[in-house]
Amino acid sequence: MATKTGVPVMAENEQPEMKLSKDEILRYSRHLIMPEVGMDGQLKLKKAKVLCIGTGGLGAPLGLYLAAAGVGRIGIVDFDVVDSTNLQRQVLFSTGDVGKPKVAAAAARLRGLNPDITIDVHETSLSSDNALEIFKDYDIIVDGTDNFPTRYLVNDACVLLGKPNVYGSIFRFDGQITIFGYPGGPCYRCLYPEPPPPGLVPSCAEGGVLGVLPGIVGTIQAAETLKLILGVGEPLVGRLLLFDALGMKFRELKLRKNPECPVCGEHPTVTKLIDYVQFCGIRGEEAPSTVTNIPEITPRELKTRLDRGDDLYILDVREPHEYKICNIGGHLIPLGELAQRAAELDSSKEIVAHCRSGKRSADAVDFLRKAGFKKIWNLKGGILAWSDEVDPSVPKY
Amino acid sequence: MAVKVMIPTPLRAYAGKQTSVEVKAGTVGEALSALTGQFADLKKHLFTDEGRLRSFVNVYVNDEDIRYLQKDQTAVKDGDTVSIVPSIAGGSRN
Repeated sequence: MATKTGVPVMAENEQPEMKLSKDEILRYSRHLIMPEVGMDGQLKLKKAKVLCIGTGGLGAPLGLYLAAAGVGRIGIVDFDVVDSTNLQRQVLFSTGDVGKPKVAAAAARLRGLNPDITIDVHETSLSSDNALEIFKDYDIIVDGTDNFPTRYLVNDACVLLGKPNVYGSIFRFDGQITIFGYPGGPCYRCLYPEPPPPGLVPSCAEGGVLGVLPGIVGTIQAAETLKLILGVGEPLVGRLLLFDALGMKFRELKLRKNPECPVCGEHPTVTKLIDYVQFCGIRGEEAPSTVTNIPEITPRELKTRLDRGDDLYILDVREPHEYKICNIGGHLIPLGELAQRAAELDSSKEIVAHCRSGKRSADAVDFLRKAGFKKIWNLKGGILAWSDEVDPSVPKY
Repeated sequence: MAVKVMIPTPLRAYAGKQTSVEVKAGTVGEALSALTGQFADLKKHLFTDEGRLRSFVNVYVNDEDIRYLQKDQTAVKDGDTVSIVPSIAGGSRN
């Protein structure tokens, strides 16, 4: 299935003759002295065009190593702005970049590392309207995104255009890496025909991630990209590499091309890009809460009532390690324990439930109301909103 | 047959925080039943209300996807590893 001739790039006679300058020969000497790369391989790298979707945790080591290796054209797609919470793992950025568009900060850093290559900046949100147009000029697409709709979009666009998709994903301490969309190989939908329902698999903000994990996985994606360009080694086509950072173990599972795959199978039913947000059941940025009609109280209203001396019971439904980060003196019953510990609550008292941002506590209020609690409210916006609106000394996280 | 079921990170909270669980089973279906028998909370994450494996969860015996073997009838033997592999998407954003 995987050949050793490398990914087909633009034919020789379509490009002006490319050579390596004396400076490039010096810069890449450690590549050139290896027979697996040599002058021919370095020229393949120089002619290659790789598009990196997302320049965050995975995109950081990816961009750095592709630039360092001399990939001639690197495109970066990201619409986001650098945030201080990124700096725990997005090592392409510096503290001084906070507030800047990620693609601008990334391009500056990569150009500094290697001024001889071309960096294309696509400061845009990838969508069904622009994906095919953006992808068409590149040879290889590397998926470093963080949400299911985009994963499916990138996959489908790559299959439709016949371009390999070097896929990497992470969650907490685990990573998955493979190559989808290689001719004859499986695609993402062969593995996962449907996305999980929204809210079932947490994002990094909700689940957390060990900073170094995307560093490892993104570097593996860079290695696979270079192998595809050079046509060396055994690329991860038809192989899912599973990485467990805590156990420091790698495992491998076989991925098969599904002959009935709706996108890459023998009788595809998906022949153009669809509405992926709808496909993944999400409307807007956040998965909508499935609970409605939750009585709310704003942080300011709560503060007013507390200052007045009202006898309110503050219920904090976060986890113990979150309570240690910051708290407003609430009684801690993590949401997962609420069912067993509801008897600790006095339904004759007025209760205000809160969590970090207001979502988990909305579920708590919904649950308790159904259990017969009548005097219960959700703190709108959670402890984050309390910090913004009432007490800025409470750290946000 | 004693088999090891590997629990993926997102589901460990529902399996007593374990990374793997040893069960006795003759097929994949029996192994998963034994697992959800021990950890009832896992059931709704792995199976639909109709009892079918959720489509964003894949199951492997050693390194082979059961969809290309005999699905939940796939036989398992002593020392086999049954892996549950859900889709994860984390990548770049905070």
